Amino acid sequence: MTSQSLEALAAEVPDGASLALPPDNSLPSVALAKALIRRGVRNLNLIGVPVSGFATDILIGAGCVASVQTSAVSLGEAGFAPRFSAALRAGSIKVIDATCPAIHTMLQAAEKGVPFMPLRGLIGSDILAHRPDWKVVPNPFATAGEDPIVLLPALNPDFVFFHALMADEEGNVWVGRRRECATIAHASKRALVTVERVVPGNFLEDERLASGAINATYIGGIAIAERGAHPVALLDEYGFDGAYVGEYARMARSEEGFAAWCAREVFDQKAQAAE
Amino acid sequence: MTEIKLEERIAVALAKLILDPSAPPARHIAVGAASPMPAAACWLVKKQGHPVRLSLLHKRSGNPFTEGTRELFDLTGQGRIDLFFLGGGQIDGSANLNLVGTGEWPGMGVRFPGSFGSAFMYFMTPRTILFREEHTPRVFVEKVDNISAPGVSPPGVFRRGTAQALVTGRCVFRFHPDRARFSLESVHPGETVESVRDATGFAFDVNGDVPFTPDPTAEELALLRGPICDEMLETYPEFCARVFGRKQAA
Repeated sequence: MTSQSLEALAAEVPDGASLALPPDNSLPSVALAKALIRRGVRNLNLIGVPVSGFATDILIGAGCVASVQTSAVSLGEAGFAPRFSAALRAGSIKVIDATCPAIHTMLQAAEKGVPFMPLRGLIGSDILAHRPDWKVVPNPFATAGEDPIVLLPALNPDFVFFHALMADEEGNVWVGRRRECATIAHASKRALVTVERVVPGNFLEDERLASGAINATYIGGIAIAERGAHPVALLDEYGFDGAYVGEYARMARSEEGFAAWCAREVFDQKAQAAE
Repeated sequence: MTEIKLEERIAVALAKLILDPSAPPARHIAVGAASPMPAAACWLVKKQGHPVRLSLLHKRSGNPFTEGTRELFDLTGQGRIDLFFLGGGQIDGSANLNLVGTGEWPGMGVRFPGSFGSAFMYFMTPRTILFREEHTPRVFVEKVDNISAPGVSPPGVFRRGTAQALVTGRCVFRFHPDRARFSLESVHPGETVESVRDATGFAFDVNGDVPFTPDPTAEELALLRGPICDEMLETYPEFCARVFGRKQAA
């Protein structure tokens, strides 16, 4: 698989697509989120796997998002996600709350090609009360009593974005232990992946690399984006840029501040290239 | 010995609850994000020589899981995590937790980040220690606006456990799932039953004289300020600087 440009990958995502994103501790592609904002995509249905962070907040701030299904949205130590909070208050996005293992379970159902999977817990929570798509049934295997249990439908996102450390010549990508990226790639129709670099060889023929690799069969497109997770950390390659996220959190408190941030950090690509 | 910080007293109180012989054993404890005091308590238990496996979810290096974040929930689903810590933007007198927000669903008053794994972990862990440092009537309410995770469940609903206790910046409450109420176990120095009552929006039980939460021992303080601070410096640099006065080497 040959790598494409970042803008070409972003151009593949149509308005109204469902898009799964990993959180800030698990290889989000902030570079692709910024490219999507530049392309002016609208009405995305975001899925936080299992929670949402920086990339989700900037997509919401730029008006790209119709709904967010997630178990939490936060900027970590920089606090609440300002554009998410503002959009929820204004009613400009639909927020569909979940709980972390429910998101994983719905994706695992899609991964297996089954229509639903059960999950314990949840009964008596207002999360369940607001999820007409989740059903409570009696456990058919219970020997005594009804044993109610929640069934969750398979979740099959149109796209997933994540940022892997590297790709090989065959188009396999390497995420190390961040295996939720593999689950999302398996469950999604197309995985669009940014990488720091493309290396020679084939990860699947290397016993030490194979367990951290995702087979190219699941990968729908690759672009090279150096520091593509920034300001989020990438494994042991680079750390979390707390100052950058802190500045974002301050500026994005207001719509004007967010617009100024976006003009400088998303649209001014010359300034980005000169970094 | 310099003065005892509130954070140190809370960490020691949490450690005593972890070791409570009347509670199910804590062989494997998971500690989530932004929980420096629970993490310090777990390290204290471990450094005191008790055999316990700690899975610190937000450790930057040496994350305990190799299957992604779902592994925590799969382990917990099987009953392989014995103890977890939860908090909440609102907690009520029946130990219901609200991590979603105030006002109409989904938090049209003040939106909190969200429920995370609480709606699963609270059911599937044999015991949960609730921790929230801010002890005010806006946090500890009579009834939460929205339930992320319920404190008790009707008979027939599969549930391994619930809250063991609630530790705050003012006191330690014990939870009684049979009557879905808290009782006041101890108050931190400077507090009284009345001051706790004034700061708490829910009713709770008081049995006889309520003792003060004990001072950490010299040994406990030495562990916290030395080897435990060493362990926590990478994950919680601000906490270590503020409480232990130690900065990470550049």
